Amino acid sequence: MTFPSDTTLHDSTESRRETETLDPIKGTRVAITGGTSGLGLALVRELLRWRARVAFVARTREHVERVVREQRGAHGIVGDVSSKDDIYPIAMQVVGELGGLDVLINNASDLGPVPLQMLSDTECEDLERAFRTNVTGPFRLTKALMGALAASAREGRGSVVLNITSDAAINPYPGWGAYGASKAALHQLSRIWGEEHAADGIHFLSLDPGDMDTPMHAAAVPDADPTTLKRPETSARELADAIAHALPRRGASGVPLTIVSELEGVTR
Amino acid sequence: MIAADMAVQRPPDAKLLVVDAYRHIGHAPRSAFVEFLRHGDLVIANDAATLPAGLQSVHAPTGAPIEVRLAGRPSLRPEDINCFSAVVFGEGDFHTRTEDRPAPPPLAAGDRLILGPLRASVERLLCHPRLVSLLFDGTPDEVWAGLARHGRPIQYAHVPAPLALWDVWTRIAGPPVAFEPPSAGFALDWRALAAMRERGAEFAGVTHAVGISSTGDEELDRLLPFDEPYCIPLATARAIRRTRARGGRVVAVGTSVVRALEHAAAGDGHVRAGEGLATQHIGAGVRLRVVDAILSGTHELGTSHYELLRAFLDDATLQRTSAELDARGYRTHEFGDSVLIERAQRQGGLKSELTNNALEV
Repeated sequence: MTFPSDTTLHDSTESRRETETLDPIKGTRVAITGGTSGLGLALVRELLRWRARVAFVARTREHVERVVREQRGAHGIVGDVSSKDDIYPIAMQVVGELGGLDVLINNASDLGPVPLQMLSDTECEDLERAFRTNVTGPFRLTKALMGALAASAREGRGSVVLNITSDAAINPYPGWGAYGASKAALHQLSRIWGEEHAADGIHFLSLDPGDMDTPMHAAAVPDADPTTLKRPETSARELADAIAHALPRRGASGVPLTIVSELEGVTR
Repeated sequence: MIAADMAVQRPPDAKLLVVDAYRHIGHAPRSAFVEFLRHGDLVIANDAATLPAGLQSVHAPTGAPIEVRLAGRPSLRPEDINCFSAVVFGEGDFHTRTEDRPAPPPLAAGDRLILGPLRASVERLLCHPRLVSLLFDGTPDEVWAGLARHGRPIQYAHVPAPLALWDVWTRIAGPPVAFEPPSAGFALDWRALAAMRERGAEFAGVTHAVGISSTGDEELDRLLPFDEPYCIPLATARAIRRTRARGGRVVAVGTSVVRALEHAAAGDGHVRAGEGLATQHIGAGVRLRVVDAILSGTHELGTSHYELLRAFLDDATLQRTSAELDARGYRTHEFGDSVLIERAQRQGGLKSELTNNALEV
């Protein structure tokens, strides 16, 4: 299931990816919310594999510590994007620990009521929680990090915000009301931000990773056959490709080629 | 001047006093700041975010409650986060005027401090009984997390409500390395940056670890500003060169930007990209080599910020400026009104230099 998004996912071959496509990822400073399970964890692994510098955020300290132990070099941050008071401490740790930020991935999501409910049976509190996590949280965090992202763009490193959305943002699937409506709002935030910050050099992507074999999908559709679902690793690779295409190309040192040529041009 | 006591970064009625290159003084709404820019100008702001550098703590040897205010770091590198210089106060918080705060118990090298979830040792005293070098326990990530959770923005008694980080981060805030907000940047928002672009003015950033503005101790205050690390991106150094080549003006947003740029140009007058440690004090008689104009807060006589403005303006004009600020009800401190000062025309400066040379001959 896919819907027309701002950038199409590229289906590149392994060899092309090795030599060219994902070069821009190397040395890139990336923050991922919801990084201890499902797609978020797959993204942490995929981006580390391409030698990005990765900070991830999740609510549960034990899970964060487990992923930090397993994924050497990743910076783990304990925080809840749905909580107003957590946003600035998260932003401060992200930019402090990485020394800047080139890519923000708003991945943490709330499904709404579990099991899924018709919209008219959805409790207001469940709807509000879904909007806090899927809309207000990414809004607050992106806003707090906009200065760091704009600085990366000015310095020629490139700058990308990837918002993980869903085809449920477009298609009216019965039972997916809280999730679908909140993801529709996130998708529209991405589009408007994209227009407003194009001149600042910040790229906004709003992408649907597809139906994956993740804890969230299992909660939504408990009787789904996992063999019919996409592996989160596959989606993570496609998303990494999309990010790479939105970043300037980098040389072997991990420094963007535009900056390398500028450095060479400087004589003192 | 009146102290601005509300943590509002861009109040709709914020005022701007403008001193042009001919020392004429004018007034405008601060929201009209961009209209004073010309095609080809370059605006440079400090993109440092502000650390929650105030830490309620306990002095372990005596059990006395103290407040530790982080004040300096040797470098901006993310992993260089264990070692700070800090000013230590006795029990209490920002509700008491800094100069009325009690002293901490006598501090000695090796003393252990408990700072919420963080632990640190006093490494040594730095030329004053309340100025210490601190070494935090733990990995850099643990220190970042501890500061993020336990620290509070440094604030002063003129703002009665406790500040949150969102009160002190500018719109363009990036690396969290400042100890107090680079508050001249409160005047900027994304709309202002877009308006600059429309006027044909460029925008660039420097990152400068602004230190604390007041310690409440006369002896210590005389040492301000402490040494401050900064970083000038290559893109900014190149933008300055382009601006010079086309005859545009370099407009610094805040005193910290002036300090960083002038320090980086100390060699041959060209701003070098990269990290540096600003150690110089800028004041009357210092020849500015890079910055043509400054957007700054309104500063009172006797502060290091006021001293810096003396590099832009002669004392007579500066006194006229202060009188205007008082007469027209400008507000002061970090959430106050602003001034935009262009230094006297280059030709004028050149001429007086020639005169001096002639006198020497």
